[in-house]
Amino acid sequence: MKKAHLAVPAIAASLALVLAGCSGSEGSGDPAASGGLNIDVPDVPMLEELGEGEGEVNIIAWSGFVEPAWSDTFTEETGCVVNRRVAGTSDEMVQLMRTGDYDLVSASGDASLRLIAGGDVAPINLDLIPNFGDDIVPGMKGQLYDTINGKSYGVPIGRGANILQYNSEVVTEEPTSWDVTWESDSPYAGQIIGYDAPIHIADAAVYLMAHEPDLGITNPYALDEDQLAAAVDLLKERNSIVSEYWADPVAQITSFTGGNTVVGTSWEVLRKLTEDEKFKSVLPEEGSTGWSDAWMIAAEAENPNCAYQWMDYTSAPEVNGAIAMNFGMAPANAAFCETSEEAAAHCEYYNATDEEYFEKVWFWTTPIEQCIDGRTDVTCTNFQQWTDAWLTVKS
Amino acid sequence: MVTSLPAQVRRPPKAAKPPKSSPARRTGPLGLVGLLALPMTWLVGVYIFSLVMLLVTAFWTTDPFTSKVKPGFTFRNFEQIFQNSAYLSTSLRTLGIALLVTALSILFAVPLGIFMAKIAAPWLRAVLAVAVTLPLWAGYLVKILAMRVTFTEGGFFNWLMAPLGVSGPGFSITTVVLTLTYLWFPYMAIPVYTAIRQIPVNLFDASADMGARSWRTIRTVVLPLIRPAIIAGSIFTFSLSLGDYLAARFVGGTTQMIGSVIASNINLNPPIAAAFSVVPIVFVVVYLVGVRRTGALDRM
Repeated sequence: MKKAHLAVPAIAASLALVLAGCSGSEGSGDPAASGGLNIDVPDVPMLEELGEGEGEVNIIAWSGFVEPAWSDTFTEETGCVVNRRVAGTSDEMVQLMRTGDYDLVSASGDASLRLIAGGDVAPINLDLIPNFGDDIVPGMKGQLYDTINGKSYGVPIGRGANILQYNSEVVTEEPTSWDVTWESDSPYAGQIIGYDAPIHIADAAVYLMAHEPDLGITNPYALDEDQLAAAVDLLKERNSIVSEYWADPVAQITSFTGGNTVVGTSWEVLRKLTEDEKFKSVLPEEGSTGWSDAWMIAAEAENPNCAYQWMDYTSAPEVNGAIAMNFGMAPANAAFCETSEEAAAHCEYYNATDEEYFEKVWFWTTPIEQCIDGRTDVTCTNFQQWTDAWLTVKS
Repeated sequence: MVTSLPAQVRRPPKAAKPPKSSPARRTGPLGLVGLLALPMTWLVGVYIFSLVMLLVTAFWTTDPFTSKVKPGFTFRNFEQIFQNSAYLSTSLRTLGIALLVTALSILFAVPLGIFMAKIAAPWLRAVLAVAVTLPLWAGYLVKILAMRVTFTEGGFFNWLMAPLGVSGPGFSITTVVLTLTYLWFPYMAIPVYTAIRQIPVNLFDASADMGARSWRTIRTVVLPLIRPAIIAGSIFTFSLSLGDYLAARFVGGTTQMIGSVIASNINLNPPIAAAFSVVPIVFVVVYLVGVRRTGALDRM
């Protein structure tokens, strides 16, 4: 179907940019190595000009991204009826997108590379999205996980970090390090929660990056076999002090409020949802993993015009802010922060424009065989290997 | 009194069954087609077809980068299940959980069935029958979440047991077993109760006349007669437990079951999820064959 694979080596430029922005506080050597990254991506044409709306648009989204509060106005303005399908995980989104029934997806970084390389999404013509302008925060432009070979595949929506949440009644001193969740002699052994997905291996890698420099990890998503084994060993060792792994947000919240868990991985929005001041959060000194979401359009979208209109509409400061406030994340459009006092407070709370904060955050990226930290002398482990390794952690 | 006894003994298992071929003979070939069209479409078209598709997928491969499934033919997925010890330990753990759930269900169902059928007053029998079946009306997920709330650190169980100095199992394998037993108990309790009800009272009298005490009566009279019912119930409790993954996810803490592994692979690596789903199928087939050997299926 799509046979024309283009190997374009010109990724190095955007890669260097990303790594310069991402390199953690621990000093990661020479991340912008000249190795270059060649990703064969199917050549999918992008929309050249906007036409008449088709009357509907089908969207796969995270819960809270597409709500009547703003999609009704969109339908009034454009005549495009919005059909929403909520997905629970990145992996589910990828599978749904491949059914061909949807025009748009709110993809996180760990889904986007798979979609791009699979030829499931098309590059985006940013000229057709006037609201994608200078106000988009710099940390969300041209990222590795949505910009390949100089082409942009995503329109940013928002971002957030996987933070360390703790129950301040038990953990009386604010932790400065993730060590309380990783070391076997942690005073909170048996009351630690972890994230239930293969991508959680990256959290172990972030910790090792700071505490086992000899392993030479410079990017938690570029692990060679030894580094992956070290991260998995750490996870296995920790398994005995874990109370639960969460994939379901409600389970995570009740684990904290029910008292089974006192410290562990969380999102700001989940901490807020506990509605209890005793639960506090911190971004530890090692930094952390995080997620950055962007709209992506299907390669064979049936309703491309409505899809573009939706991407433009949701990039406007007010709408982008409404989504960010509803979901509990930092908005992509910084102009929102100046629209009201409430908005400013939201941006402040979620560090929306604090690039220094997000420099410590390694956004979810699909691990691939080519080492994205620039190494060329080794092969890195791919996501299938991570998936297999993750199984051994809990057994 | 004494003369009517043998006839009654034979009645429960046999008398209710009509001769097998009579409806077909009466309706003719066209009627037979009409009779079977709907169930066969369902069985072959929907049930068997999707099962075969699943098994075929087990021989396919997944692109390591895009996670796209590619048709092909490889035994690699099955090899991996044997090589990666996580699959083996997960399978054995799940098997153990399913057997334990079945054993617990039998242990609770038999005394309850005897009490309901032979001892309880009619009104109490009705109340108990409703109490056993009522949980079936509630959503499956709701019941699991209820167990989650019950066994949480600050939950009902610990609150109740705190005065005794006992603290609950938290989220662990124990809680998974308790939750699954709670979920599937009605499927064991109802057939067992029905079977015990069909045992004539005078068998108990006869047993007592011959000097047997209650335990010996249960062991030598009741249990052999209700064995088909226990086996019928155990097929449900065993196979439903084997396939479950939500209990492990919500009350299992770090417990990993076959279902959890399949669920986490179904989007990432469907072929290996399909290959692994063969394991519970094998367990259930072995179980059914074992049950068949005892002859219990013929009397169900």
